[in-house]
Amino acid sequence: MLLLLQTALELGLISSLTVLALFLSYSMLNVCDLSTDGCFTLGATVGAVVALSGHPYLAILAAMGAGILSGFITALLQTKMGISSLLSGIIVNTALYSVNIGIMGNASVLNMNKTETVFTKMKGLLAGSFLAGQYKLAVILLAVILVAVFLYFFLKTRLGLAIRATGNNPDMVRSSSINPAFTTIVGLCVANAFTGLSGCLMAQAQKSVNIDIGSGMVTVALASLLIGQSFFQKGRIGGKMIGVIIGSFLFRLVYTIALSFNMPAYLLKAISSVIVVIAISGPYLKQQLPNLIRKWRSGNAGRNPGKEEI
Amino acid sequence: MLDIQHISKTFYPGTVNEKKAITDLSLHVEKGDFISIIGANGAGKSTLFNCIAGVFLTDSGTIMLDGEDITMVPEYIRSRKIGRIFQNPVLGTAPDMSIGENLALACGKGGWLSTVSKKEKLAFREKLASLDMCLEDRMDHPVGLLSGGQRQVIALIMSTYNPPSLLMLDEHTAALDPATSEKVLTLTQDIVAENQLTCLMITHNMQSALSLGNRTLMMDQGNIIYDVKGPEREKTTVSDLMTLFKERSGKALDNDRMLLEK
Ligand SMILES: Nc1ncnc2c1ncn2[C@@H]1O[C@H](COP(=O)(O)OP(=O)(O)O)[C@@H](O)[C@H]1O
Ligand SMILES: [Mg+2]
Repeated sequence: MLLLLQTALELGLISSLTVLALFLSYSMLNVCDLSTDGCFTLGATVGAVVALSGHPYLAILAAMGAGILSGFITALLQTKMGISSLLSGIIVNTALYSVNIGIMGNASVLNMNKTETVFTKMKGLLAGSFLAGQYKLAVILLAVILVAVFLYFFLKTRLGLAIRATGNNPDMVRSSSINPAFTTIVGLCVANAFTGLSGCLMAQAQKSVNIDIGSGMVTVALASLLIGQSFFQKGRIGGKMIGVIIGSFLFRLVYTIALSFNMPAYLLKAISSVIVVIAISGPYLKQQLPNLIRKWRSGNAGRNPGKEEI
Repeated sequence: MLDIQHISKTFYPGTVNEKKAITDLSLHVEKGDFISIIGANGAGKSTLFNCIAGVFLTDSGTIMLDGEDITMVPEYIRSRKIGRIFQNPVLGTAPDMSIGENLALACGKGGWLSTVSKKEKLAFREKLASLDMCLEDRMDHPVGLLSGGQRQVIALIMSTYNPPSLLMLDEHTAALDPATSEKVLTLTQDIVAENQLTCLMITHNMQSALSLGNRTLMMDQGNIIYDVKGPEREKTTVSDLMTLFKERSGKALDNDRMLLEK
């Protein structure tokens, strides 16, 4: 059971970086960034290749840099080239598949069993201390805290406020001397840096990358985001951010528990999809319900006596 | 300060829906002018504002602001010098952000990575307190929870905190109840006077069109059909305006609102 909790915590926290990325792009900027899957894999492949070449720290920066580049292109397509934001994400996601295979040297799997990574570095650092067993969690926690603190302060800057306003009321932004193209570009670059980092850490934690590592990530992360937000609806930015990190952990926890009850692992993605559907369409259906009931009742009433007379 | 030469704007040109919204319109505005603009629905008043603000580019003609040719300048750059308030209070503020955050975004002076200083926050509070609307204690509340009038006031503060070269008000009190409308109008006057702003105000209220500001324009079919200021304007009455409109446009002012709100 403790092991279960630990796995869920590790996986949940690593994915929470992607969830924070979507918190920025989806919740703040109001752009559903469908390049997330590809960008997650991009971070994983770039990080792996750089780590394999013997630069464990550089690997982290390279993965984030690659994420920024990918976000930049997605943003450019939708702000400067007249492509809708959804399609931009899909296009970039598709192209990234080729890019990722290319980065891995025309292979679809890379192994990092003996490679030095931030995790092995941390393992060495903590060896002998009472935290020795938790070296993975230490790295991941450090990353999540750094990213969350950065994002928290970033959203408080004028640029951060401008990004939030762009998602909240684009009309107002245009008429108040902020270029929405600029805020969208910055927002997506920052978000995808997180996604890249998330992918990089995921690959290094499990010591291998395969081309499918990011597939479905956008839905999984969205599910976590929506779970987190349903707990912390009101609160301020800080509370909401903690909420989505917890959401990511909870999602993994429930999933890992389900696995231990012999649920087949391949169901993860279907479950994420169902959660996203419930979370998004739930409030909508709830609102529609009274009308549906009325319609149903009046439909029934219409079928009652008197019909033949007409 | 604002000089418009022969601008035209046609929507959907060359289709059955073609609509000439502005036709060869010229207008010169002096610094410190407060101009009210009236005209029937569809006369092209809002389109004129959109042309000046750069929401879309004109088809022809030039627009100069502060001696600078802004004809082809994008909207977000023009809006460094132009403040705008719309009829719909929803347009001027970000609903999910707090009053403080909205103000910080519009009024903050620092660079992109700066945050709002304590001093600035205090200044916002004082500004709100001076309005006497109890808004200063609600700095952390989302703007979306405020009434239309309150939102319009916040929008007004946001677009005039750093005084713009030109302020454009597009029926900004039309969606408010009479009492609130009165209050917002008074506040507008105070702000314009205090900062000696150059201001264009579209209104459907003929009385305030004549009583506010120093010049009145009447628009019809995409052009200015009457332009009055000075002593002649002081003599003009609402019914004069109605008669004039009928004469020059060949139809009666179709807008009942205008007749009723004297
Ligand atoms: N963005 C637009 N696209 C198409 N037609 C428009 C647009 N804006 C205004 N129009 C048309 O231009 C004409 C003038 O509209 P408008 O300037 O809004 O009038 P006013 O503000 O004087 O009531 C109207 O016929 C309107 O339908
Ligand atoms: Mg209008």
